[in-house]
Amino acid sequence: MERFIGKYWPVFVLPTLLAFAIGFLAPFGMGLYLSFCDFTTLSDAVFTGFDNYIRAFSDGGGGFLHSLWFTALFAVLSTATINVFGLSMALLLTRAIRGRDVFRTVLFLPNLIGGIVLGWLWQVIFNGILNPLGLTIVTNEWYGFWGLLLIMLWQQAGYMMIIYISGLSTIPEELSEAAGIDGASAWQTFWHVRLPMLRPSITICTFLTLTNGFKLFDQNLSLTNGMPSGRSELLALNIYNTFYGRSGWEGAGQAKAVVFCLIVVGIALLQLRLTQRGEVEA
Amino acid sequence: MNKTMKKRKNSNSLLNRLISVGMVLLSLVYVYPFVMVLLNSFKKKIYISRMPFALPDAKTCAGIANYQTGIARTDFPMAMLYSTMITVLSVLAILLFTSMCAWYLSRVRNRATRLLYRLFILSMVVPFQMVMFTLSKIANVLRLNTPIGIVPVYLGFGAGLAVFLFSGYMKSVPVAMEESAMIDGAKPLRVFFSVVLPILQPCFVSVGILQAMWIWNDYLLPYLVLDLKRYKTIPIAVQYLKGGYGSVDMGAMMAMLVLAILPIVVVYLVCQKYIVFGVMAGAVKG
Repeated sequence: MERFIGKYWPVFVLPTLLAFAIGFLAPFGMGLYLSFCDFTTLSDAVFTGFDNYIRAFSDGGGGFLHSLWFTALFAVLSTATINVFGLSMALLLTRAIRGRDVFRTVLFLPNLIGGIVLGWLWQVIFNGILNPLGLTIVTNEWYGFWGLLLIMLWQQAGYMMIIYISGLSTIPEELSEAAGIDGASAWQTFWHVRLPMLRPSITICTFLTLTNGFKLFDQNLSLTNGMPSGRSELLALNIYNTFYGRSGWEGAGQAKAVVFCLIVVGIALLQLRLTQRGEVEA
Repeated sequence: MNKTMKKRKNSNSLLNRLISVGMVLLSLVYVYPFVMVLLNSFKKKIYISRMPFALPDAKTCAGIANYQTGIARTDFPMAMLYSTMITVLSVLAILLFTSMCAWYLSRVRNRATRLLYRLFILSMVVPFQMVMFTLSKIANVLRLNTPIGIVPVYLGFGAGLAVFLFSGYMKSVPVAMEESAMIDGAKPLRVFFSVVLPILQPCFVSVGILQAMWIWNDYLLPYLVLDLKRYKTIPIAVQYLKGGYGSVDMGAMMAMLVLAILPIVVVYLVCQKYIVFGVMAGAVKG
């Protein structure tokens, strides 16, 4: 088999590999290198060591530290809310209730709409509630924070619900029934029987929501655009504004992006270890 | 046993009825933002931010004026055309090329293929901001700033997830059929298209749906890559309604939001089964 198709790699692999080189490998490698350079375009880079990293974390660095913990807090809270709500909906909508397919359809719908559109849509709702109180969504950064949290909950819970439903459907009914016959309450059955069996789904959903929270950009841009004065900027928007909002700061922007990348890759590796350990146990 | 089964499946039990009622209320809350935006799209712009929750009446109704200004200012039909073109072409390119690539990577195991596979996995996780500056410059140098030119960029950046999902699926497919086809004298391309491709069908749906959802709604990549004077996608057109000084015609905005949401809802209601299936299958492997 290997010998037979081995020499056909130009047909099978090359088209994707070329695009991959243009779309990822080259930009990634150059980005990594440029984070140690002073530059404004690709051709005027001068190696400067760790200067960019120092500038990125400095006081003048455009609030990077603020957006770092702002984003971490956001990602953790949104992961918790989305998963608790998504799993609850999955539990309710796997019961034999009337109209359950319609409910599933409705809860999943917001997922398909783009972040830019959703940000503008919710801006009208939030401002409609806040305006009579003499406030707007950008009066201070916490309105934007809670607003984004609510948008993400509304948008992503349906997606996680679908994953949890497919996880629940793999748990044999007999297990819950047996626990019930042994005298376990509904809560005990859920906590000790179904929840441990759901572990793979929980790992996937936690990973997805955590990285989505860290990477969030579009909704942030259209809801508050970082206002007031950059205080509601999440990491991705902070990096974008460092690149394109301040000339001469491209290097610091790239350094921030590398730090951002390390965080997200770190989360991914952690998730991978957890998944593998779970598989060994099972 | 029969009795408990009956009890379990009974949708008329009090608890299940209560849940049903609760879900109806929740669904209304879920749908409300869409209704709100639809109603506001027919109101004069000053009434939108002042009283967004009121129904349009004789005084506040603007007819279809918002749609007219919105379409004129964003050139919405063209944005729709470019969005459709980019999504369809990119998804087709991704499906064809990455499935071929994934088949090769999972049947030929050596150092190079393993390394490439790992790089694909890495690309899945890396945030776009890491590559956005360099990618947009490279795309510019290579003149990929058109709706056709952006296709290889999407193929490259979307390849990770696609290769990952295809490879995962292929692990569960026995090689015996491919081998017997080869013994019968079929060339690799023929084996791929007549033996492997049909087996991969469910995976094609899954990868296609996930990539289409991403590309259709993507904002930053096309914003940085496309020549914006000539080509805007729908998310870019919507964001462009915001003027240079932060002033926004909320009437036109509401109308364009409706036009942006409507096609998605229609496609969703028609292809719901595939979309939900695609998400489920994608997540199990993810």
